[in-house]
Amino acid sequence: MNKILLGLLLGAVLGAVDGLTAWFTPAVRAQLVGIVIGSTIKGIVAGIAIGFFARKVQSLALGILFGLAVGFVLAFIVAQLQHGYYFEIILPGSIVGIIVGYATQRYGAAPAVSAATR
Amino acid sequence: MKFLSDKAVDRLRQNANAPDLSGTRYQLLERVARGGMGVVYAARDEMLDRRVALKVLDVPVADGDLACRLNREARVLARLEHPGIVPVHDVGTLADGRVFYTMKFVEGQRLDKHIEAVISLPDRLRLFLRICDAVAFAHARGVLHRDLKPANVMVGAFGEVLVMDWGLAKILREQSAGKSEEEDPEATILHVPRASDSPADRTQATHVTGQGTVLGTPGYMSPEQASGDIANVDERSDIFSLGAVLRFLYTPPGCEGNQSRAWRHDKALEAICAKAVETNSSNRYISVSDLSADVSRYLDGLPVSARKETIFDKAVRFYRRHTVAILLIAAYLVMRILLLIFSHR
Repeated sequence: MNKILLGLLLGAVLGAVDGLTAWFTPAVRAQLVGIVIGSTIKGIVAGIAIGFFARKVQSLALGILFGLAVGFVLAFIVAQLQHGYYFEIILPGSIVGIIVGYATQRYGAAPAVSAATR
Repeated sequence: MKFLSDKAVDRLRQNANAPDLSGTRYQLLERVARGGMGVVYAARDEMLDRRVALKVLDVPVADGDLACRLNREARVLARLEHPGIVPVHDVGTLADGRVFYTMKFVEGQRLDKHIEAVISLPDRLRLFLRICDAVAFAHARGVLHRDLKPANVMVGAFGEVLVMDWGLAKILREQSAGKSEEEDPEATILHVPRASDSPADRTQATHVTGQGTVLGTPGYMSPEQASGDIANVDERSDIFSLGAVLRFLYTPPGCEGNQSRAWRHDKALEAICAKAVETNSSNRYISVSDLSADVSRYLDGLPVSARKETIFDKAVRFYRRHTVAILLIAAYLVMRILLLIFSHR
């Protein structure tokens, strides 16, 4: 699977799972659907960005670092919009970024070299 | 009256036995090693101004069986043009009647010495795969090596792996085409290295050949080869030797039972070794490619054909293959649980 598609799928799945964990917080349970949708979109955006990075830079360490940064920034933006739950949003978001960063570098297929660029 | 020391006598003997290269394009430099049928010297090719290895017969006969063997070895090497097989440059006869051939001078170490500095098991296995490549190529060209062992593999300064000493090679295709057996005599006689041999000579001299004899190296030689069962000596005999080489790489001498080994005991790799060195040749791998494919699969963390896995083995292999991903997901789940616990307090 190519790195961008892998990042997108993984970001979407982990984002959705991340959003679903809001069910355990009774105060926000009523907004669960919105949280899941928002979290999934955040995961997709992060996954695509990390997938693009993995395609350009072949480095596990940099991939993980980039994943952490993207996960952190996006989660921070979401937390800002929520006006709260900073720790509960930023920490999981950052770890999801690390997982997607690692996975795209380790498991994503490098793009095929076209005849023109050989 | 003063007697010469053994060392001095040995040096005089070596000088007396040194080949006379007059009339050739080569200039003798130094003795490098003793091969199966003769001695290998370093020489300079004066026409091309390069260092070459020159293998010359011990005995000054140009038409004897040994001379035929050396010529044959050169021809075998000439047909095996592969990066993992030492290339032959020239063949000829010296003024004293001794047959010689020259080949690439490989600057490096024998595999048994080289691996002392290779700690990582995957690195050792990757070296093994390159030996397999060369042997598989030879088999594809109808040539069996029949004396594969760590001492017959050189690792160059730039990591190149070369299979050496094809003096006992057997040409399968010529035989099947009806060539006479005299060209490839195959009685088996084991030669026990002399105490007077130097350590380097001793490893080489395990297969010193005489007329009508073919030898291998105990521990690396297949049972059918050791028993002189010529009819059953085929690619699987080399596979047996490769299995023994693999076991040597996997379990270096002196490390048996040593808890400080750099890698853990691995059932899959043990199974690969065991299958390669099966006493019954029909139970071994069918081809060198199959053996190397299994080693490659092992390196990639995939199941090997030599061993049937239990569910627990599969789980362990999956964990080893995806350790970081599993740990990251576990860390995420633990963090999630901790957040839930603390948010409800």
